[in-house]
Amino acid sequence: MEFRQALEQTLSVLMAKDEKICILDADLAKPNGTAPLYQKFPNRCFDVGIQEANMIGVAAGLASYGFKPIVFTFAPFATRRVCDQIAVSVSYAMQNVKIVGTDPGITAELNGGTHMSFEDVAILRSIPKMTIYDAVDANQLAQALPQIMNLDTPVYIRMPRKLSTPVFDDNYKFKLFKADVVSVGTDITIIASGIMVHEAIEAMKMLKEEGINAEVISINTIKPLDEETILTSVKKTKHVVTCENHNIIGGVYSAVSELLAKEYPLKITAIGIKDRFGQVGKYNELLKEYNLTKIDIYNAVKNNLNK
Amino acid sequence: MQNIAKEIRLLTCQCIASIGQGHIGGSLSIVDVLTVLYYKHMNVDPTNPKKTGRDRLVVSKGHAGPAVYATLCHKGYISQSELLTLNKFKTNLPSHCDMNKTPGIDMTTGSLGQGLSCAVGMSLASKIVQDHAYIYCIIGDGESQEGQIWEASMFASQKKLDNLIVFLDNNNMQIDNYTSNINSLIDPKAKWESFGFYVQSIDGNNIDAIDDAIIKAKKNKDKPSMIILNTIKGKGVSFIEQKGVANHSMPITEDDLKQIIEELK
Ligand SMILES: Cc1ncc(C[n+]2csc(CCOP(=O)(O)OP(=O)(O)O)c2C)c(N)n1
Ligand SMILES: [Mg+2]
Repeated sequence: MEFRQALEQTLSVLMAKDEKICILDADLAKPNGTAPLYQKFPNRCFDVGIQEANMIGVAAGLASYGFKPIVFTFAPFATRRVCDQIAVSVSYAMQNVKIVGTDPGITAELNGGTHMSFEDVAILRSIPKMTIYDAVDANQLAQALPQIMNLDTPVYIRMPRKLSTPVFDDNYKFKLFKADVVSVGTDITIIASGIMVHEAIEAMKMLKEEGINAEVISINTIKPLDEETILTSVKKTKHVVTCENHNIIGGVYSAVSELLAKEYPLKITAIGIKDRFGQVGKYNELLKEYNLTKIDIYNAVKNNLNK
Repeated sequence: MQNIAKEIRLLTCQCIASIGQGHIGGSLSIVDVLTVLYYKHMNVDPTNPKKTGRDRLVVSKGHAGPAVYATLCHKGYISQSELLTLNKFKTNLPSHCDMNKTPGIDMTTGSLGQGLSCAVGMSLASKIVQDHAYIYCIIGDGESQEGQIWEASMFASQKKLDNLIVFLDNNNMQIDNYTSNINSLIDPKAKWESFGFYVQSIDGNNIDAIDDAIIKAKKNKDKPSMIILNTIKGKGVSFIEQKGVANHSMPITEDDLKQIIEELK
């Protein structure tokens, strides 16, 4: 299932149950998959057109009246485009607005550099009270949305629109603010978020063949971090690689470094965008270009272990 | 120029067909204005794309890149074979206009609403250095929902930038629906007039009307110009026009190309 299908189906159920939930789009309702909700809930869906800053302000106003607005646009326009509106009208004013940024990082593919957000997490992570959730697969997203809508604080939901490689099976239970240890190991901890969890698992399999047991953690929320799960693992393995579809400045590598610098200092190897801009390309081409493949993770682990 | 416009339409379709899918609707709607600009009005030199004192064009609706690339190809800035590299990995022709990749592109665009401000900056700069250049800018009607378009318009008028000629591609469509159904400009002529612009509203797919409007805009003093191009999204290829709002981005196959070549003969 595509992420956006899981999104629409889950919201459809939630909106039927909770009359306070409303939807705002900025002329991307069709690409983001929210368009069917306009038929089902015509009074609570608003397409403001191409005006992202206005959309955030309108959402803050709706929230001040007790509504629970969710805004949708591509990740760069949901964050860097509207940074001050989020900081002031939403976070500082303590308004309950949920923000969905679609096609983050390399998943923007052929939309290229202008649409390829490698900084969205960094921007919002430095705004107080903001929760940042990086969706791993469609199954997880479907479980995460109801829990997120139960919060009365701002949340940034970062998700690709289309292809979702299944990582979690039917028995999976998502718990908001908890990281998932998706594979238990003793030699090194690979901490990954979003689409990089799948790559990390693939790297773990390669390493296993050589007798290296990697523990893979899907952190789910980049803010707040599940510090306990990370520290428990790192104290066991004493080696860390982080993986993210984002600039390593301000994202997962930064968040983990900030935690470990304080609690358990050690060398951390980063897989992620090394302070570069985006460009057009297909998913696999961009994975390679930015050194995000399972082989890159495999090499990073060997390097970290001096093997 | 009619024939040139047809040739550029075909090149635009070929450019998009080379990758199989793209922003065809909003590309085809501006081919006529691009033709008149590059073949009649703009002081530019394909052999020296960065020539000082040249006229400049900011395509603020940067997703119309393919039409601009097709025009630049027709003018000789880029080769026919390069035109077919749209959106391929490491291409110099990305889906949205990039001034650091493509010769002849004067400003990087793609995040809607920003290009007009950049054009205003260029118009100011041109006044300061007195190079007597004209700065042209093409914005979308959906794009004009962005507040920044109106900030730029206010300031251009305050500074009496009569070297700035803006085109509104008034095709009444955006991604989700007709622009008038989403967030209407209601009366763009009255809006820009009240912002202090010299405004003309014309058939935006008519070469002579566009030429005439640009001539008048150049004669106008002390006000920036707005030329409202009333256009058809996907103009020139019937099956694309008929798709309506769905032609914003759609597949163009090799088979489609055969039909397009027939129609554009
Ligand atoms: C800031 C921003 N928001 C959203 C988009 C996504 N987007 C690309 S084209 C488009 C519709 C543009 O409509 P319009 O300006 O009318 O252009 P045209 O009809 O000429 O294609 C949208 C919403 C974008 N590129 N930039
Ligand atoms: Mg339009």
